Amino acid sequence: MTRTPTRREVLAGAAAGGAVLGMPAILKAQAPSVKVGLLHPVTGALAYEGEQGRKGALLAIEELNAAGGIKSMGGAKLEAVLADAQSKPEVGAAEIDRLAEAGVAAVLGPFGSGIALATTQAAAKHNLAHVVDVGVVDQIVQRGLKNTFRFAPGFGRVTAQGLENLVALNTAAGNPVKTVLIVHEDGAFGSGMAKLMNERLPQFGFQILDTIGHPTPTRDFTNIALKVKQANPDLVIPSNYKNEFILMARTLRQQRVQPKAIFAVLGGAASNIRFAREYPDAAENIIDNNHWFDPTKPLSKKFAASVEKKGWDLTYELMLNYSCMRLIADAIERAASADRAKVIDALASSTFSDHIMPYGPTRFENGQNQGAQIVTTQIRNKKIEVIYPKEFASAAPLFPVPRKG
Amino acid sequence: MSLLLPSIINGLTTGAIYALVALGLTLIYGVLHIINFAHGSLLMLALYAAFFAKTLLGLDPYAALPVLLLGFFALGYALQRWVIDWASHGRDQNILLVTLGLALVIDNLALFFWTSTTRTIDVPYAFEVVDLGVALVPLPRAIAFVGALVLAALLWALVGWTDLGKAIRAVAREKEGARLVGIRVEHIYAMSFGIGTACVAAAACLLLPTFYVTPQVGYAFVLVAFTTVVLGGMGSFLGALVGGLLLGVVEALCGLFLGESLGQIGIFALFILVLLLRPTGLFGARLA
Amino acid sequence: MRHWVFGAALVAALGVVPLVTSSEFWLTFFLMALLFALLGQSWNVLGGYGGQFSFGHALFFGLGAYATGILQVRHGVPAWPAAIAAIAIAAAVGAALGALVFRYRLRGSYFALVTLAFAEVARILVASFDYTGSGFGILIALAPGAGNFQFADRRVFYWLAWALVCLGCLVALWLERSRFGARLIAIRENEAAAQALGIDPLRTKTLALALSGAIAGVAGVLYMQIFLFADSHIAFGPTMSVEALLAPIIGGLGTAFGPLLGAILLHALGELARHATGGAPGLNLVLYGVLLIVMLRFLPDGITGLARRRARG
Repeated sequence: MTRTPTRREVLAGAAAGGAVLGMPAILKAQAPSVKVGLLHPVTGALAYEGEQGRKGALLAIEELNAAGGIKSMGGAKLEAVLADAQSKPEVGAAEIDRLAEAGVAAVLGPFGSGIALATTQAAAKHNLAHVVDVGVVDQIVQRGLKNTFRFAPGFGRVTAQGLENLVALNTAAGNPVKTVLIVHEDGAFGSGMAKLMNERLPQFGFQILDTIGHPTPTRDFTNIALKVKQANPDLVIPSNYKNEFILMARTLRQQRVQPKAIFAVLGGAASNIRFAREYPDAAENIIDNNHWFDPTKPLSKKFAASVEKKGWDLTYELMLNYSCMRLIADAIERAASADRAKVIDALASSTFSDHIMPYGPTRFENGQNQGAQIVTTQIRNKKIEVIYPKEFASAAPLFPVPRKG
Repeated sequence: MSLLLPSIINGLTTGAIYALVALGLTLIYGVLHIINFAHGSLLMLALYAAFFAKTLLGLDPYAALPVLLLGFFALGYALQRWVIDWASHGRDQNILLVTLGLALVIDNLALFFWTSTTRTIDVPYAFEVVDLGVALVPLPRAIAFVGALVLAALLWALVGWTDLGKAIRAVAREKEGARLVGIRVEHIYAMSFGIGTACVAAAACLLLPTFYVTPQVGYAFVLVAFTTVVLGGMGSFLGALVGGLLLGVVEALCGLFLGESLGQIGIFALFILVLLLRPTGLFGARLA
Repeated sequence: MRHWVFGAALVAALGVVPLVTSSEFWLTFFLMALLFALLGQSWNVLGGYGGQFSFGHALFFGLGAYATGILQVRHGVPAWPAAIAAIAIAAAVGAALGALVFRYRLRGSYFALVTLAFAEVARILVASFDYTGSGFGILIALAPGAGNFQFADRRVFYWLAWALVCLGCLVALWLERSRFGARLIAIRENEAAAQALGIDPLRTKTLALALSGAIAGVAGVLYMQIFLFADSHIAFGPTMSVEALLAPIIGGLGTAFGPLLGAILLHALGELARHATGGAPGLNLVLYGVLLIVMLRFLPDGITGLARRRARG
């Protein structure tokens, strides 16, 4: 283009663009089909988590379609309508309108709590079922939105359970841990977690030596490591995002800080297989309390094999979205319709149990799955093993962790 | 307080990283007055380059440094000459938007090709430390500290004592005048941008052993880099070095006393104070 | 004159969008464009007419959003008075900031960076105290009703945003015709000469910053009432500061309709890029960046610059 376009050409171009914009990207256009919106933040700050979530849901769709699609609708295939929240709430909300117009039967997403607050509200205007995949902030399901369903536990439940598991592990090991130090990211979930821990831990006889908040991103963890070293707690409880978790674990190692255990609650990388593999030195024996699948289920084994075959990282976003997608498909199956109101009713009355999470049958109360829970995992020999509760465990806990030389 | 000294030492090593990132920017922003929003993205790109040099070619970041220097110099030269200058017509507000557009392009290309997975390299010396008695300094950070000093000295010599340096100073001082005496201004701009970008490659090689890389990683450094440049004085390499070290220490101490979250305020508060009270920076007006 | 007529026609056309389309998607599309046009107009008042480039307009946007949220959530102030108070706060902070930084004669990139620093300080502060929502942010309870400044019908928000954008354009047109505007433009062109003519640069620029802050505050309030949630990164983060300056520079600096044109064009480009690249993560933003760069090459004065050039030629 060597000449300056005229104004009319520019406008004509914009108008021509406008005519085709209403249609979002559609994968596998086959009829008959039922559309489901996958809304994840695949660009921006949450891109990794969003991409993992998208993959998990797509894997479920692939399998469900291969198994014959929605049988009550004559074998209709599920069709993913992909959307990107760009890690921004307002973009997520706008994407909901687009998905609604594309005729989706339900929406799954959007990982981040801030985005979820905006998207569930936007979907409510369309009376469109919105299954929240992660979004741990409890207000998401406390606003009386009839369309909003969260399959995974919120952080009130996560923290309470993390604490119970800690007490159980500590008691079983003869109470080696008495003093605790909390390191948390200063956003919604880290601060919320730290606050709840500060209220509850002393009731169980633990002494909190310090609570250290830090921003995301934090470029350097040496200061924090120094404080931990000085306080010399029996246990460090971190709660932060993936990159910060990696830096923190490495810095603790560099500064020769060795507490009796690192017991993360929603620790960003402690349940990330890549971290376990690439940094065995820093990662080995770290304990996490997080969303994780029940490794003993046959479906979980099949899922883990598929993930391995595709060369993906095994993470909880993948597991939750895989499960949530199956939950949605089950609801559509029972509704025998893509009608929005019917799908919402079907979700609300769901007793779905053919998923990979350690939850048992689904039961939504005000949009929150009552059976949802986390498990305690530990990185052992570059693998992530479930160590508690016992019925899901794939390895015995190593607690306290023996000191390295 | 027994943490004070280790914290200061730690602040100095963090500050060295800030200085490394800022040294390239002080040439681009401080001398040429180009507000380069893509600086962080170029750092990210260089971190990926160092990462792939290690994982694909088995090249240690320190060994890859000379190659990356050359590669990023060429990249920077080309970007300034054939993208930024081409698209912006040399106007300040348009340069700003062009570099913004560049940042978008680079960041999202990285996201597309390399995904958002956090990548780290495993080097045998990652957990080696230098024991200073009062503090343990990880070996890679000690090396980065020395690297910052060397780089600052090299840049100072380059700009102060070579013909190219003279030309850069002439262009910085009086663009049209320089053109009249036969200096190819576009070439000099591109050379400066290239050198500035090469510095980013050096910073990346020295940073990667103790850090990670994702497509978003540049943003953690870019605001601090601008702060460092202004704090040190526009276009002063000594200033960028001292400014970076000072910011590192200020951040470490604020983190120690105010907490890591609120402590970030220290950097910006210091920055605002310097701008209001001594806008030429600590070592301002040395070069231009 | 021609671009004035063109701008008025554009504004009028936008006013009837909800009548001609029942598509929620398009309504949201234009609503978002209007919201960012308003934020862009705020930046334009100071940057376009006054020549003072701010990198920290998120400060005022965030103040608008946070102040209205905090007043409602923490103090039970009804939504409408809270909105007005929030706008007043944004204006007052604009005035205070202007009085401080212009007194110290910060201009050019120094002014840009100092505004950025203040926005960052605000972001860190609100994220550090429970009163300001700390890490969580501010969430207004969902309670649709005109009295709560929450409308179940998206069209009401649309027309409200549209009316506010009209008001913003009128403010800009007033700047082009009033004495105050003439003083501001004189400072942009040559501050020393303006001062020699008896114009008080400190006073004029400070008032412009207050006005600009108020308009950005309006945009912040509107964002908060539409989404009912903001956290420190959304409201005070550098992304919002960049959003504020993109539209007016693309549309045409120092023109009344430039920010609106720019915002609509940028949103259209974003959609076009998204459509052209399908679902691959990031590629749409790559294309958006390329289009932005190419557009700067061929439209160096923004879109209104092109219109003006043609009118002259």
